[in-house]
Amino acid sequence: MSDVVVRPDGEPALPLETARPLETALRSQRARGGKCLVPYLTGGLFTGADGDWTDVLGSVAAAGADAVEVGIPFSDPVMDGPVIQEASELALADGANPPGVLDALASCDAGVPLAVMTYVNLVHRFGYERFAAELRRSGVAAAILPDVPLEESGPWCDAADAAGVETVMLAAPTASEERLGRIVVRSRGFVYAVGLMGVTGERDALASSAKVIAGRLKALTDLPVLVGVGISTPEQAVEVCEVADGVVVGSALVRRVLETRSQDAAAELVASFRAAIDRG
Amino acid sequence: MPPVTEAVPAFGDGLMGEPDRTGRFGPYGGRFVPESLMPALQELEAAFRDAWADASFHAELDELLHSYAGRPSPLTECHRLSEHLGCRVLLKREDLNHTGSHKINNVLGQALLARRMGKTRLLAETGAGQHGVATATAAALFGMDCLVYMGEVDMARQELNVFRMRLLGAEVAPASSGSRTLKDAVNEAMRDWVATVETSHYCLGSVMGPHPYPWMVRELHRVIGDEARAQCDQLLGGPPDVVVACVGGGSNAAGIFSGFADVPGVELVGVEPVGGAAIGGGTPGIVHGMHSYLKQDEFGQVVEAQSISAGLDYPGVGPEHSHLADMGRARYEPVADEEVVEAFVLLSRTEGIIPALESAHALAWVMRARAELAGRSVLVNLSGRGDKDVAQMMDVLADRL
Repeated sequence: MSDVVVRPDGEPALPLETARPLETALRSQRARGGKCLVPYLTGGLFTGADGDWTDVLGSVAAAGADAVEVGIPFSDPVMDGPVIQEASELALADGANPPGVLDALASCDAGVPLAVMTYVNLVHRFGYERFAAELRRSGVAAAILPDVPLEESGPWCDAADAAGVETVMLAAPTASEERLGRIVVRSRGFVYAVGLMGVTGERDALASSAKVIAGRLKALTDLPVLVGVGISTPEQAVEVCEVADGVVVGSALVRRVLETRSQDAAAELVASFRAAIDRG
Repeated sequence: MPPVTEAVPAFGDGLMGEPDRTGRFGPYGGRFVPESLMPALQELEAAFRDAWADASFHAELDELLHSYAGRPSPLTECHRLSEHLGCRVLLKREDLNHTGSHKINNVLGQALLARRMGKTRLLAETGAGQHGVATATAAALFGMDCLVYMGEVDMARQELNVFRMRLLGAEVAPASSGSRTLKDAVNEAMRDWVATVETSHYCLGSVMGPHPYPWMVRELHRVIGDEARAQCDQLLGGPPDVVVACVGGGSNAAGIFSGFADVPGVELVGVEPVGGAAIGGGTPGIVHGMHSYLKQDEFGQVVEAQSISAGLDYPGVGPEHSHLADMGRARYEPVADEEVVEAFVLLSRTEGIIPALESAHALAWVMRARAELAGRSVLVNLSGRGDKDVAQMMDVLADRL
């Protein structure tokens, strides 16, 4: 496809596929009439157990993901619930660190765009410019920093923009329309709609806030709008995709990995989400 | 590289005044929180500005501080300790406040503010339990629900305070991840707040976290410094030579420093536990919503603090302290657990005052620096009383007593 991007922030129009691989992949899925599926995995989890953790990444990607979000574990993950906290602690105990995770990503070919999710202190410690350059070098398309709200995003986003890394911004149900408007303008790749007021983790039912925030964002932007946090089952994914362009699935998948340590079991779960949202 | 955003001039009254519009003291501070919390922080800042400019809010708070918390707290001259150390030691007696520490100053202010904002539930983190007890107390006083997160390790070593909080009607929830101490209790409180922000006020217990907390909590403790300044004028005919306070997050230090920061020549000394010395042993980083000095490893993972005192067992420090340190306006000295134990015993034996282990850090530095302090006047913020630490110290001192 040969879309060009013309945006209200006055950025020059660029061929989309070269400038923004994540946004391109998600727009392509949407253009085909499909919904986007972005699974989340904790980087470095079970390194050296039954093969490398990037084997799980490969299987998950091949099971129908449009992109994969990879967490670089942090000691104090305030946006994460118990499952991803546990995965982070295990990965850290196994010696996971940012250069190690990025090196592993550089040497694997997942076949879909990758987004790194981590907390700002790891990036700050690395140095914003250096971290952005390392993402680029490792073939990572995008970054998601859940403890960097709009007001603090300037220094990181400048570095990411300069390096050609897409920064996905989060948008929460508590934001005003005016604030959501500024968030979608600053977001690259997609807009991450936080489905509920709370931290990551599985919930019994889809929160009523999930479709509401997706709808509010869809009215403000043509960027893909994906809902994450609290999307626990294929049924919930289908339900939220009545409004949203897709979903991010984290804790449900990470719990499967923690429980089974099996790349096949992980792929099977992702495939079940894929099949469900394809059926609609 | 500090993530300084726009260069906004401070619009306050200079040293220990207001932070800039991004919530920074120099390069430190800011609001590094999940997007879900930003509207709540903006609402809180607006509510605090409004209340702090409202004479009726001050009147109500002052009345509570006086008739409920027991302020003003006295200034005690330590004759026997002074003779022993060779310097003139004065104690600002925050240990005599209701609930046994300075923490009540902040909590009464935030509880009033929460009520004004229509919030019905107070959330708090606690280390030694002093802030948790103070918050539970205010919740009982105002008829609010209260949930206090406390590290599992701290719940074990501060059993008495856990019971006090429950007696006061609060729920105490264990923080069982990470180091299971104060840092993890802050994480749990922030996670809870993300989910309950519409009804809950996060009653943060120190001059840390995202803006406006470092500024608001310091303003609510400014009463310590203001009172001490007037009391020193009366007793000494002017300010003391040195002002000393322990620093974990740094709230009691910020409170007493704020009364003297603008007096040239008054030395300000913050005392950190050697195992939790963010300024003495850390580098600038970002955690718990703020950019400040932090104990972290080469990759930016937060390093677990180690201290005999649960209240100072924290790897970070309030951003204004980082700024005061960089400017050279205050200096920060580490003391070891063994020195703290000696100070704990010394004050008990010379003055009949059992200090909190936290406050004993400040005294431990005075003991160590006695040569440098000879003949000078030293104001120590005795931030809390030691009753809560007696069970723990029975083991430590078993062979000596």
